[in-house]
Amino acid sequence: MPFDVYLNVAVGGLLTGLVYGLMALGLSVIFGVVRVVNFAHGEMMTIAMYIAIVLFSALQLDPLVMLVPIAAVLFCFGYALQAGVINPFITRPEHSQFLLLVAIAIIIINVLLIIFGPDAQSVQTSYSYDSFQIGKLIVDATKLYAAAAALAVAIALYAFFQFTAIGTAIRACADNYTGALVVGLDVKHLYALTFGLGSACVGAAGVMLVLIVDVTPSLGPAYTLLAFVIVITGGLGSMPGALLGGVLIGLTEAMAGLIFTPSAKSMFAFAILVLVLLFRPQGIMGKKAA
Amino acid sequence: MFSRLFENVSRRALVLLGALLVGLFAAPLVASDYLLTVLILILYFAYIGQAWNIMMGFAGQLSLGHALYVGLGAYTAAALYVHFGIGPWIGLLVAVPIAGLAGAFIGYLAFRFKVGGVYFAILTIAVAEFARVGFDHLTWTKGSGGLFLPVAQYAQSDLWLLRGKPVMFYYILLVAVVLAFVFCRALLRSRIGYFWLAIREDEEAARSAGIDTFRYKMIAVVISSAMTSFAGVIYAFYYNNLFPEQVFHISRSIEIILGPIVGGVGTLFGPIIGAFLLTGMSESLIAALHALGIDIPGAKQVFYGFCLLLVIAALPDGIWPWLSRRIGLSEREK
Repeated sequence: MPFDVYLNVAVGGLLTGLVYGLMALGLSVIFGVVRVVNFAHGEMMTIAMYIAIVLFSALQLDPLVMLVPIAAVLFCFGYALQAGVINPFITRPEHSQFLLLVAIAIIIINVLLIIFGPDAQSVQTSYSYDSFQIGKLIVDATKLYAAAAALAVAIALYAFFQFTAIGTAIRACADNYTGALVVGLDVKHLYALTFGLGSACVGAAGVMLVLIVDVTPSLGPAYTLLAFVIVITGGLGSMPGALLGGVLIGLTEAMAGLIFTPSAKSMFAFAILVLVLLFRPQGIMGKKAA
Repeated sequence: MFSRLFENVSRRALVLLGALLVGLFAAPLVASDYLLTVLILILYFAYIGQAWNIMMGFAGQLSLGHALYVGLGAYTAAALYVHFGIGPWIGLLVAVPIAGLAGAFIGYLAFRFKVGGVYFAILTIAVAEFARVGFDHLTWTKGSGGLFLPVAQYAQSDLWLLRGKPVMFYYILLVAVVLAFVFCRALLRSRIGYFWLAIREDEEAARSAGIDTFRYKMIAVVISSAMTSFAGVIYAFYYNNLFPEQVFHISRSIEIILGPIVGGVGTLFGPIIGAFLLTGMSESLIAALHALGIDIPGAKQVFYGFCLLLVIAALPDGIWPWLSRRIGLSEREK
C-alpha cells in the first residue's frame, strides 16, 4: 500500500480521535469532581445524537449549527440527573452507584428503542462528501469541522475551569470535599453543575459523531467503554490527557482497521489500555497516584 | 468440618432452609415446562452470583467482566466436544484451569501495580471485551458465525455427556448452587475469609496487620473465576449454541452482578434472593405486558430499569440484610 494511504487514514483517525477525546473529557470531568463513574455516558450521547437527527430530518437544521442548543439540553439533563437522582448516592459504595447508573442506562437505551426503533439512522448533510486536498493528502470536510468544534469546546471548558469563579469553586470541590463544605460552597449544586457540564461535553461530541457514524439505540455501551479506555489511557482528571488519549485511540483504531480488519479494531484499543495499566497506571498525562 | 458448618445457625433458620431445599428439589414434579426454564435461569444466575460475590462481596474487588469466565468455560468445553468428542466433565477439567489462569492474569496485572477500585473494574471489562472481539475472529471456534453443538431428541438423559431434558440441568444447577453456598460459607468462616473481609474493609490496615493482600486477592480472583467457568460449561450444553457477541458481551457481565447487588453484596443469601427476584420480575413483566396487550420492544426493559432504581434507592445494602431482619434471622440493628 502506498504511503499516502496510511497518511490519509491516520489523519482521519486523528480527527475522529479529537471528537472521541471530547466525549471522554465529559467522563473525566464528572469522575474527577463528583467521583461517580458515569456508566450511562455513551447512552447520554445517543440522546444527543437522536435530538440532532430529529432536528435535521424535521427542520433541516444542520447538526453543527445546533451544537450549542443540543449541548445545553444535555446540560439540563445532566444537572437534573445529578441533583435529583445521583446526589443521594455520592457517599455510597461504588457498586451501589454502578447499579444506579446501569439502571439509568437501561432506561435510556430502551426509551430510545421505543421511540425510534432499532434501525440505524444517519444524517446526510450537503457537505457529507466534501473534502479538502492538500498535496496528496485528502481530508474529509465533515471530520475536519467536527474536530475543530471538539477542540473549541474543550478549550472553552478549560477556560471556564481556570478563569471563572464557579470553575475555581468546582476545582475546590474536587480537591477537598470537606474543605469546600467548610468554606461554605454549595457542593451539591456544584456537583450538579459539573455533571451537567460533562453531559454537555458528551452531548456536543454526540452531535459531531452523528455526522460520522450511523446511530442505533444500542450504540451507547460501546461508547461508554470507549470513553473509559480513553480516560484511563490519557490519565483520569487530566483535561489534556483526555484529548490526547482520544487522539491515540482514534489513530490506533484507524490504523488497525486499515492494516488488519475493521471489526478487530477495538481489540487494539483494549490492548493499549492493558499496556497503559501495566506500565503507567496513572495514565499518560496523569499525576502519580497518591 | 460438617458440624462446624452449622455453628451459630438458629433452629428457625435451619427449618426455613430445609423447607426451601425440599421445595426446590420437589419443584420439577409440579412445575410446567415454562416454569422449569425460568427456575433453571434463576439457579444459573444464583450460582454465578455466588461466585462473583467471592471477589466483590468478600474480598472487595469489583469485577465487571465475569462474562469472560463464563465464555471461556463455555467455549473450552464446547470446542473440545465438537472437535474431539470429549465430554463436558472432562472438558470442565480443562475449562477450569483456563478460566483460573485468565483470572490470575487480570489479578496479577492489577494487583502488582496497585490498580484498584474503578480502574480494576474497567480492566476486567476491557479483558472481557478483548476476548469477545478475539473470539469473533477465532476460526477454531467458528468465529462470529457461532459454535453449535449437535442436538437431537433424547429419550433418556445422558448425565455423562450432558445431553438430555431441561430437568437434568435443573438438578445439576441446584446441586451446584447448594455446593457453592456451603463452600462460600466454609470460606467465610475460614482464615482466608477473615483476611478477605479485612482487605475489603481497609486494605491499608490489613497490610499493616501483616496480611499478604496481594496473595489473598489473587486467591479470591482465581477461585471466583474457576467457579464461574463451570456455569459456562453448563450454559454451552444447555443452550447448544455459542456466539461471542452474546456470551462475552458486557451486558452479560452486568446481568451476572445485578442479582448479588440487589440481593445484598457480601451475604450468602444475597445472590440467591437477587436471582429469584430479578429473573422473577423480568418474567412477570413479560407476562403483565402481554396480558395488557402491550407489545413494544423495549417496554419491558424500561420497567425493569425503574424497578432496579427503586430497589437500589430503597434498600442500599440489598434485600437480604433487610429481609433477614424481617423474618427474624438476624438482629434488628447491628
